[in-house]
Amino acid sequence: MRESLLPAFRAVLVTLFLTGLLYPLAVTGLSQVLFADRANGSLVKDERGVVIGSELIAQAFQSAGYIQPRPSAAGDKGFDPTASGGSNLGPTSKKLRDRVAAEVLRLQPDNPGVPVPAELVTTSGSGLDPQLSPAGALWQVPRVAKARNVAPERVRAVVEAQTEARDFGILGEPRVNVLLLNLALDRQFGRLTSPKR
Amino acid sequence: MTAAGWMQMIAFAVVVLALTKPLGGYLHRVFEGERQPLPRLLGPIERLLYRLCGVRGRSGSGEPAEQTWSQYAGALLAFSLFSVIGVYVLQRAQTFLHFNPQRFKGVDPALAFNTAVSFTTNTDWQAYSGESVLSYLVQMALGWQNFASAAVGLGVALALARGLTSRPGPAGPRTLGNFWRDLVRALLYVLLPASIVVALFFVSQGVLQNLSAYKELTTIEGLKQVLAMGPVASQEAIKMLGTNGGGFFNANSAHPFENPTPLTNFVQLILIFAIPAALTNTYGRMARSERQGWALFGSMGALFIAGAIACSLAEAQPNPALRGLGIEQSAGNMEGKEARFGTPASALFAVVTTDASCGAVNAMHDSFTPLGGLVPLVNLQLGEVIFGGVGAGLYGMLMMVVLCVFIAGLMVGRTPEYLGKKIEAREMKLAMLYVLVFPITVLGLSAWAAVAPQGVSSLGNTGPHGLSEILYAFTSGAANNGSAFAGLNANTPFWNLGMAASMLVGRFFMIVPVLAIAGSMIGKKVVPPGPGTFPTDNALFATLLVGVVVVVGALTFFPALALGPVVEHFARGRTF
Repeated sequence: MRESLLPAFRAVLVTLFLTGLLYPLAVTGLSQVLFADRANGSLVKDERGVVIGSELIAQAFQSAGYIQPRPSAAGDKGFDPTASGGSNLGPTSKKLRDRVAAEVLRLQPDNPGVPVPAELVTTSGSGLDPQLSPAGALWQVPRVAKARNVAPERVRAVVEAQTEARDFGILGEPRVNVLLLNLALDRQFGRLTSPKR
Repeated sequence: MTAAGWMQMIAFAVVVLALTKPLGGYLHRVFEGERQPLPRLLGPIERLLYRLCGVRGRSGSGEPAEQTWSQYAGALLAFSLFSVIGVYVLQRAQTFLHFNPQRFKGVDPALAFNTAVSFTTNTDWQAYSGESVLSYLVQMALGWQNFASAAVGLGVALALARGLTSRPGPAGPRTLGNFWRDLVRALLYVLLPASIVVALFFVSQGVLQNLSAYKELTTIEGLKQVLAMGPVASQEAIKMLGTNGGGFFNANSAHPFENPTPLTNFVQLILIFAIPAALTNTYGRMARSERQGWALFGSMGALFIAGAIACSLAEAQPNPALRGLGIEQSAGNMEGKEARFGTPASALFAVVTTDASCGAVNAMHDSFTPLGGLVPLVNLQLGEVIFGGVGAGLYGMLMMVVLCVFIAGLMVGRTPEYLGKKIEAREMKLAMLYVLVFPITVLGLSAWAAVAPQGVSSLGNTGPHGLSEILYAFTSGAANNGSAFAGLNANTPFWNLGMAASMLVGRFFMIVPVLAIAGSMIGKKVVPPGPGTFPTDNALFATLLVGVVVVVGALTFFPALALGPVVEHFARGRTF
């Protein structure tokens, strides 16, 4: 092993430079040239050009007139993109059952009599899940329609227009991006809240 | 499960199968061929790297000199030692270094040591949360070990393969190749070029790649939000291709900035299996019979399919503990899973990442159903030989092959032989050492943690699920996987040091016996096959091999599993 010590030391420095510095910096440079929007967070801007979110990161929509995302375990209050993560509650956890029960109580009045889709009362793996299944979005249509004072069919049509199919028909699940959907609702039926800036 | 879910699984299997032969052939050319692919372009760089590393060449040529097994092991251990030190120092000193826009402070000693060991051993167990602890420079340095540890694993597999398949002349070679050559070639001809292409593809799909400070913004409802940033895609590519699995962010491949679409998810799955599957073919070529490789591929494939079906079916079920709450669970067990993946792509990912020694996750294993979580745990306990880690899967499976031909030899009363070489007492002792180190580490440390207050106080769940968390952690560490039942708070001195111990033992106490076996096999004479030779390239052998893998794993770990996930499954609806 002794005759290997010097080459090992030098190899550590050489490979660190090559794969730990040159490679990521080269990829960063190329990405910034080729796909700058994507590389910098797929940011969404309003009509004045102000950044209002990332297409890929969930936000805590609270108004009744917006489709709301899944609950979030990221950070203490949820939806913290600097503290991603799931609840990590086990399938037989009492805490999980209690949390779900409380969430069902909160949501059920939005659409009485229709069972709540499980995804609306379960936290995602990242806590930043930007999407809902079509079922999860459609379940919220009655509440949104009432809050915006429009016919539910018209809201439903916007949800369906925003729904993405599985990639290549088989990969993943059909889904609706909550932020883009809410922006589409605002475009269709008028701005719900004025931004507090 | 949905029809689309099944189609996704089949599509995955077909793509892996289709890649195995061409990629296996390419790897054979890179490591064993007379002429390198792309010699004009990269040959000068290869020779420059040898010079920079100060590797002594054979007289006249630029080629590094051949090494015996102990020289090979020495070079590998020295490289790994300096790697641990390098990663440790960079973490401790990050506050004084560049690319730290969030001004993170130096990492605590126990955590820094755990992380340095974790990435050097290809485990990528993470007791920290990337976005709130590490500077971009340290993240990029972890990317370095993503490359290096994969190349080390590849080297060990090649050395063992050379030992088993060489045909020595009367003087007999005693050398297994050269560690530095395997390292440099793996980086230069395989891992780096592939990673650049894959990283750019990931960026085009939405994976981050920048060096900016975190971005603050105001949502349309007036809430403040801070987006974490960083050079994610470059790490993501090698994280999967090198079966490392350490996420840039805490949520790993569940994070939309790491794995934004079902398509990136599918590509990540393929990348995990690509090199380990191809290596079976490379091995077959080295043995001058590709059928030898396909027999290994068949055993691995059968075990993969069994696990994938079991886990997918389990996760498609509603969680019985949530019955009677007025929720609709037709999508399956969605706690800890992302909407864009659903249960099918999450279950498939969990199986693939634990078959291999990857350990990336796109859903939280801790929240899987008891049987759905049992499958990844069993995959780890079978020794990650189901395609396995880059290199580690092949050498792990070849150890099982040695055991298998030994058992077959006992059954027919002949001296066991493999590829015409006799397997004798020395090799069997080393193979047993390899087989025993793993359960002793896992069960010993788990038993300690289950009774020690500093072990139990970290648990995130109680009841049988708590035991599963402990067992999963040490299994994951010793198997160099790195995935977790992440409710466990692993950032305590007990867990940081205990896990570091399991990772070191699980890596180097298994690599050294493997290289020693390679060293003792290399010089053995090849006996031509006779009527009594047990063929190792057919379905019978592949079946027997599956049996050995399952029996060794099951006998060792079943009692512990019975107290964890199995009990939890039969609790059906009870909560703890």
